[in-house]
Amino acid sequence: MTGFIIKRLVSAALTILVVSALTFSIAFLAGDPAIAIAGKDSSAADIARVREHYGFDRPVAVQYGEWLGKALTGDFGQSYHYQQSVADMLAARLPITLGLGLAAIVFALAIAVPLGVAAAARPASLVDRMALALSVLGQAMPTFWLALLLVVFFGLNLRWLPISGNTTWKHFIMPTIALGFFALPALLRITRAGTIDALRADYVRTARAKGLGPAKILFRHALRNVMIPLVSISAVQLGALLSGSIVVEQIFALQGIGALSYDATLRADLPIVQAITLIVAVFYVLLTLVADIANAILDPRIRENW
Amino acid sequence: MNLLTRLASSAALAAIMALSPLAAEAADITIAIGSEPSTLDPQVRDDGGERAINDNVYETLMARTPEGELVAGLAAAAPTQVDAKTWEFKLRPDVKFHNGEAFSADDVVYTYNTMSAKDSQARFRAIVDWIETVEKVDAKTVRIHTKTPFPQALEFLAGPMPIYPHKYYAEVGSQGMSNAPVGTGPYKVVEMRPGEQYTLVRNDDYNWGSPKSKAKIANVVIREIPDAQTQVAELMSGGIDVTADMSPDLVTKLGGVPDVAAKMSETLRIFVIGLDAAKRANNPAVNDVRVRQALNYAIDREAIVKNLMAGAARPLSTPCHPLQFGCAEEAAVKYPYDPEKAKSLLREAGFADGLELTMYAEAPAKEAEAIMGYLDAVGVKVKLNRVPYEAYRDATMSGKAPAFLFNWGSYSLADAAASISFFFKGGDDDFAQDKDVIEWLNTGDSVTDPGKRKEAYASAVRRITEQAYWIPLFSGVRGYAWDANLDFTPFADEIPRFYEYSWK
Repeated sequence: MTGFIIKRLVSAALTILVVSALTFSIAFLAGDPAIAIAGKDSSAADIARVREHYGFDRPVAVQYGEWLGKALTGDFGQSYHYQQSVADMLAARLPITLGLGLAAIVFALAIAVPLGVAAAARPASLVDRMALALSVLGQAMPTFWLALLLVVFFGLNLRWLPISGNTTWKHFIMPTIALGFFALPALLRITRAGTIDALRADYVRTARAKGLGPAKILFRHALRNVMIPLVSISAVQLGALLSGSIVVEQIFALQGIGALSYDATLRADLPIVQAITLIVAVFYVLLTLVADIANAILDPRIRENW
Repeated sequence: MNLLTRLASSAALAAIMALSPLAAEAADITIAIGSEPSTLDPQVRDDGGERAINDNVYETLMARTPEGELVAGLAAAAPTQVDAKTWEFKLRPDVKFHNGEAFSADDVVYTYNTMSAKDSQARFRAIVDWIETVEKVDAKTVRIHTKTPFPQALEFLAGPMPIYPHKYYAEVGSQGMSNAPVGTGPYKVVEMRPGEQYTLVRNDDYNWGSPKSKAKIANVVIREIPDAQTQVAELMSGGIDVTADMSPDLVTKLGGVPDVAAKMSETLRIFVIGLDAAKRANNPAVNDVRVRQALNYAIDREAIVKNLMAGAARPLSTPCHPLQFGCAEEAAVKYPYDPEKAKSLLREAGFADGLELTMYAEAPAKEAEAIMGYLDAVGVKVKLNRVPYEAYRDATMSGKAPAFLFNWGSYSLADAAASISFFFKGGDDDFAQDKDVIEWLNTGDSVTDPGKRKEAYASAVRRITEQAYWIPLFSGVRGYAWDANLDFTPFADEIPRFYEYSWK
């Protein structure tokens, strides 16, 4: 198992390196970063000044090497736009996005798993149809639209929840629902399909023949098999939520890294874009690794293959 | 189930809380801003988000009243001119910075010499480059020496050039200033959470006879809310009291909402199409003055203003905003909407079968598409590249754009030089390179006699419009919405003057 983890970590490090080199060069392909940094209303001379100040006229590979050298020692530099330490800014904003992502996945699982199992227990029943409707709705409805509906309903009509900001936990309820709804359909479908498959399997028939009650069969035998794909999909979804929170953060005025990365990309604020890309890539890689290990713990067959 | 019960109990709490904001409203105000201030050191950046705070916290030597009059700010009176390149300012006594430091000549000398230094952090060199050096005469007198005679100096000194407390700034630097701003203005910053909210309180020692009034509202909270729809929801639920980020559509819709006031207000910003007469894009069509004039005749500015900008903008005939000093509307050659004339000019120029024109634009989609439609009607097929600002700027500078639709804010300076001289005085941003215009502008930017300045800019305006180097379109608009109980007036310079606000 240790050998497997080491192998995975090495390939993860390479993935992250490639991702970061790509984002760095794409920023230059998109145009001269000096224009974005000098900003609107700057003169041609102001832009030239910025270009010289940051050394953008040097080869991209040299600039990337310089950034990488510092990043490896933990120095992410200063934001071009905010003139502040990138590490400090991310430290302030990362918890918001992470918290939101985790809350959203918990919310999605809390609905998807019970509903998926119930739907699988009685295919074509009313519950199953409701689950299908919910999953189609979740898939079809854009996040921003759901977010606005929530704002109008809970924020304006009922006045139950604060509309924007992040000062109390109540501020996170609507963003959690909006974001969680986005992850819901995939989790719901995988739970339902997995449970149905498991219920048709031979060992379930055997268990039934042995006289086990339906609840025990469902939760002890069927659900445990569903857990494996569920863990993998949850990990991938959580990664997607980290990047998918851009829209939600924008609407609810939450200052996470989603909103920050959006603005930073528009402003060619390379140190921030690079640091966020790196963090998200690291998260993705770690999440899939954790999912693999969790699956190995859940399923002895996977362990044996290592 | 658990989630539902939690939701329900929190709802009960929230329902009670929803009643309280009304009581707090009498003393406080919450203002939404759409973009986050990058730094509160105003020499580094002073745009929308920054300005919302800067103009209430910092102050300048000269000041502009909401009515547009130029008056003494931290200076005791209008300066005397020692010679063509030297202005002498007497400073006000009894002014104190928020940290208790007394304001004196040292602060002015330090601020301007730091800003105009070659390696300073000033983002727009045009704002500081005219200063040669600043010298202290005595504790309450300074002399500003300019590189060349610079008649717009007072306008600039009323603009984005606030005075720093010299000891404090020297000690904490740009970053320290941004984290804990210290100025002389009617409000002090007491708390800031970048990206979320800023809390200002009234400066109670503000009694030195500033042209700004003492603040009427004691506590101001500024919240960053990027999404305009969210701002509307907050406004309607009482979460915020003022916003300046409404689109014309939203303003129209909010007009019918009780207890909410909404208005489109004209700004100093101008929208124009630049044409590459300097042959950088090497497009023979736009190098022909008849084609440029035809394009000017082809667009119905009045209709665009009426239908897309809620009638709040004004159609433009000048390469500057008519509210700016020296922007002579009467000198401009006018091109009223006349598609037949446009067609005949195009025929004359040899484009009877029409022509193709590549246009880069960073303007709002609706306006750009309307313009495209008008040009299409006279046989000009526009290949529109509506791109982000960076790509737009890249295309114009590298000579890929024969036509480019953009807007210009003149750094909020009410002087035509901030627009005409920026774009027509030679240099990389000048796509006309007209020798006469350059000479007139050199005169206008350096003679002190206001009459002679006006004359010089009028000549420039006449030639620029006659040659149709640009297609002036319309002025910009900004959509405001606020609690109808608030006494609030939007101004053309877009400066949010919180100290003027009060509750009815």
